[in-house]
Amino acid sequence: MNIIIEFIYLIAAILFIIGINQLSKVKTAPRGNRLSAVAMLLAVIATIVKIQLDNTSSINWVYIITGIVTGGLIGVVLSKKIKMTAIPQLVAIFNGLGGGASVLVALSYLLFNGVTISLDMITVVLSIIIGTVTFTGSMVAFAKLQGLIKSQPILFKGRNILNVLLFIVVISLGVRAIIICQNISTAIIILLIMMGVAFILGILLVTPIGGADMPIVIALLNSYSGLAASMAGFMLGNLLLIISGALVGASGIILTKIMCKAMNRSLVNVLFGGFGQTKEDKKEKSEYINIKQASPEEVASILDAARSIIIVPGYGMAVAQAQNAVHDIMTTLEQRGIKVEFAIHPVAGRMPGHMNILLAEADVPYEKLKELELINSQFKQTDVAIVIGANDVVNPAAKDDKSSPIYGMPILNVYEAKTVIVIKRSLSPGFAGIKNELFEKNNTLMLFGDAKEMLLKLNQELNEL
Amino acid sequence: MIELFYLLVVFILSIFVGYEIIIKVPPTLHTPLMSGTNAISGIIIIGALTSLAYTANTLVNIIGLFALIFATINVIGGFMVTDRMLQMFVRKKEK
Repeated sequence: MNIIIEFIYLIAAILFIIGINQLSKVKTAPRGNRLSAVAMLLAVIATIVKIQLDNTSSINWVYIITGIVTGGLIGVVLSKKIKMTAIPQLVAIFNGLGGGASVLVALSYLLFNGVTISLDMITVVLSIIIGTVTFTGSMVAFAKLQGLIKSQPILFKGRNILNVLLFIVVISLGVRAIIICQNISTAIIILLIMMGVAFILGILLVTPIGGADMPIVIALLNSYSGLAASMAGFMLGNLLLIISGALVGASGIILTKIMCKAMNRSLVNVLFGGFGQTKEDKKEKSEYINIKQASPEEVASILDAARSIIIVPGYGMAVAQAQNAVHDIMTTLEQRGIKVEFAIHPVAGRMPGHMNILLAEADVPYEKLKELELINSQFKQTDVAIVIGANDVVNPAAKDDKSSPIYGMPILNVYEAKTVIVIKRSLSPGFAGIKNELFEKNNTLMLFGDAKEMLLKLNQELNEL
Repeated sequence: MIELFYLLVVFILSIFVGYEIIIKVPPTLHTPLMSGTNAISGIIIIGALTSLAYTANTLVNIIGLFALIFATINVIGGFMVTDRMLQMFVRKKEK
């Protein structure tokens, strides 16, 4: 019978791989996701059958049913109620819960089985460390994204040294537990202390990371949650856990890499660099001189005269919940025969693909969303570029100011458009805390105000023209 | 020892498989990719189920119960929210 269960696990693993593979095309993606869900269901059913067959006396069905019903209800409610603008937070929570579950599985395995073989203990230790860091790191990321704690990097002197020290403590305790695992009660105490230190380490690793670096952190935590599941798989000798966890781990690694590349920063720099430290010295430079402000009426007539327009959304669009207003103005402009496209910077927003998902929610066809590499050459032939709540990703300083902290980061070349309209609340700096030379360019017009409100006004003006 | 080594082989090969299939996912789908794979990492649910099955020890069971709740939220919530997102993309296709 066990071989049949293992065989079903194999099928589930294959379905996960096919499912993820289908996520690479919009057309097949919904099917791919459902296929993965079916695989999960198969795996759960097979496991329930397996534990039923293995053992009939002590299965606590009350716990199993309570757990699945409670978790299921919470999951359904969360996924139905959540607003698309809050998806980064939700993903952070889910990551954290996955990591947390791995830790708890490791703990219960440890308490029940009383691991006494060093090799086994290694897997328990790794599950606990990775899972705990994922859990607390994700919770901090959630709190930052939700605005419960400020999203600016929280920096203090010596934090890197402290983190390295804590890391060494965690590893030493882990090694100690592995060595003395014959003495299980002492080993458990050591592991609990190790967990406590890892708990703090997870918090400290994410607090210094600021809002705009969140896409990298979320991707990284995603990777960790997979690795934590893999480690639990080593512990339980379960191939399905190992394979699935590795797939997720790989996905997180790739996204992390893409995000780092899009910011021209190394992962080490993101994790330990504490972006925005240079804020203080840069302050005197952030006085703007040549700012031209425009009214919605003026902007509307400029748009009306344009033939091609590229819209550049940023995190500000998400904050203002302006995606539907963006869609409406796109429709109005297209009705006038104006070509409208969207330029999406890879790190716009707070998670990979954040802008795409918001615009998809607002019914903007995904074919209109162009990646940086594809659209950058088109700004030259574009009449108007509208920047909505984006800042650092359109800052020309990344190209020509070697002293700028964002120097070298690939940006959208909006300044090459004939006219640039920047919709922004004020001249306050973006996440990097630096001045944006784009605002001073001769072809730039500033439209100050809330993104949603301004777009609604623009749309109204356009319709009156 | 040798068994652990085999597990390690599977682990490493799986990372390579994952890398090859995921590198093809376009940026438009990065968010659903993340939440979808995140739901898959909820596979720890089978570990949670297993941990509830073989003991009547209350402490172990309560730890297992929380593991199961966490993992179920991760799985159900993750797949459902990913489906919701992907439907938004498809909806446009039909119009």
